[in-house]
Amino acid sequence: MSHRTRHRQSTAAVFRWPIAIGVASFAGLVLGLTGDGARDLLAWILVGIAPTVIFAALARRTSR
Amino acid sequence: MSRTTIRIWYLIHKWSSLIPTAFLLMLCVSGLPLIFHDEIDAAMGFDTEKSLSGVASSEGGLPLDTMLDRALAERPGEVPLFMAFSQDSPLLTVTTGPAPDAASGDMHLQFLDRVTGEALGPAPVNPLLDFLLQLHTDMFLGLPGMLFLGVMGISFIVALISGTVLYAPFMRRLRFGTLRTRRSLRVKRLDRHNFLGIVTLVWALVVGATGAINAFADPLTDAWRNGEIAEMTAAYASSQPLAPADYGSIDKAMAAAQDALPGRNPQFIGFPGGSWSSGHHYAIFFQGDRPVTEHLLTPALVDAATGELTDARTMPAINQALMMSKPLHFGDYGGLPLKILWALLTLATISVLWTGIFLWLRRRGGEIDRRVDEIALGARKEMRA
Repeated sequence: MSHRTRHRQSTAAVFRWPIAIGVASFAGLVLGLTGDGARDLLAWILVGIAPTVIFAALARRTSR
Repeated sequence: MSRTTIRIWYLIHKWSSLIPTAFLLMLCVSGLPLIFHDEIDAAMGFDTEKSLSGVASSEGGLPLDTMLDRALAERPGEVPLFMAFSQDSPLLTVTTGPAPDAASGDMHLQFLDRVTGEALGPAPVNPLLDFLLQLHTDMFLGLPGMLFLGVMGISFIVALISGTVLYAPFMRRLRFGTLRTRRSLRVKRLDRHNFLGIVTLVWALVVGATGAINAFADPLTDAWRNGEIAEMTAAYASSQPLAPADYGSIDKAMAAAQDALPGRNPQFIGFPGGSWSSGHHYAIFFQGDRPVTEHLLTPALVDAATGELTDARTMPAINQALMMSKPLHFGDYGGLPLKILWALLTLATISVLWTGIFLWLRRRGGEIDRRVDEIALGARKEMRA
């Protein structure tokens, strides 16, 4: 897969993934504040998306 | 986005990140172990709380007057400043000092067991964490140091925003997550900087903003005392501050406060004349009664001489924001897994700062036009650098 896109991307397309990750992070941070147990578990998953995306990108990079 | 616009945002990003970068690296490195302060304290044998068993000191135990007498007996000639409760164990912390308005450096903290009444001696200080905490909070410079780091935090937020603006033109022709490794070292760093920066953006904004708010904690507390506390205790404005010899029963004051705010546990008491109360009142701070409001404190002001309630009011929005910003900055509110995520995100932020420094140090030519090209063209052209 090429790094480059075929067409020039719109601003919305450029920020599609960053916004999704940002919303998940923020929801996780707030959810963790509002309670324990299931809310904490959900907070870990949501806040954990950003580090997971980083690990995935680094792993993909080193594998080729 | 026009080249002129990119140029302006590039300059904003450059200076708002270059100026605080050394301090931000220091904050990340010193903050990393501070995330795990509970675990480090436990490993180094500083966990007094674990050795105590029985009802939590915020819920019951021996009378508070008895506990205060025991604490003062250990520190003859001193006056009480604060009494802090634990929500998990019988641990009670009493702070004393030479005068009601003693500076924090002259304060003495001691631990007591509210179930047995035993004085457990001075609150142990973990020298490693204490050093890191001081460095992280004010660089050993007191209030000016705190405010300076607060300004660095605000600059960090400007850097995050301007960096996000520049991300758009740079990524026009690149897929999300692109990390080119076979080009020059510069392209590799640039891709890593942009990718890690955008993925950690929201977390960094939250930790940066809450850190900046925390840096202004002292002026915000002073403003609250001089504003709302003065208003709540207006009837006492013309009288002299209460002498420590005239302080009445804390248990009576606590009962009056709990009548006004039923079903809540106290977190700490500010004694008269200190920065958390008026000259005449016990300011008893209660936690909220639901998980959402647990971090929000509501003070009840009780006349320290008579033990009668004067007023109980929630704090102003800005002070509530300050209280909510503490857990969001420390990351210690969701157990060990959240702390580990906090540490990983801190490491990613260090990498963003580090690659940013090198992108600046190893820039070529010094021509700003080349930097603007780099952003405006993104991957459209094979970058020459």
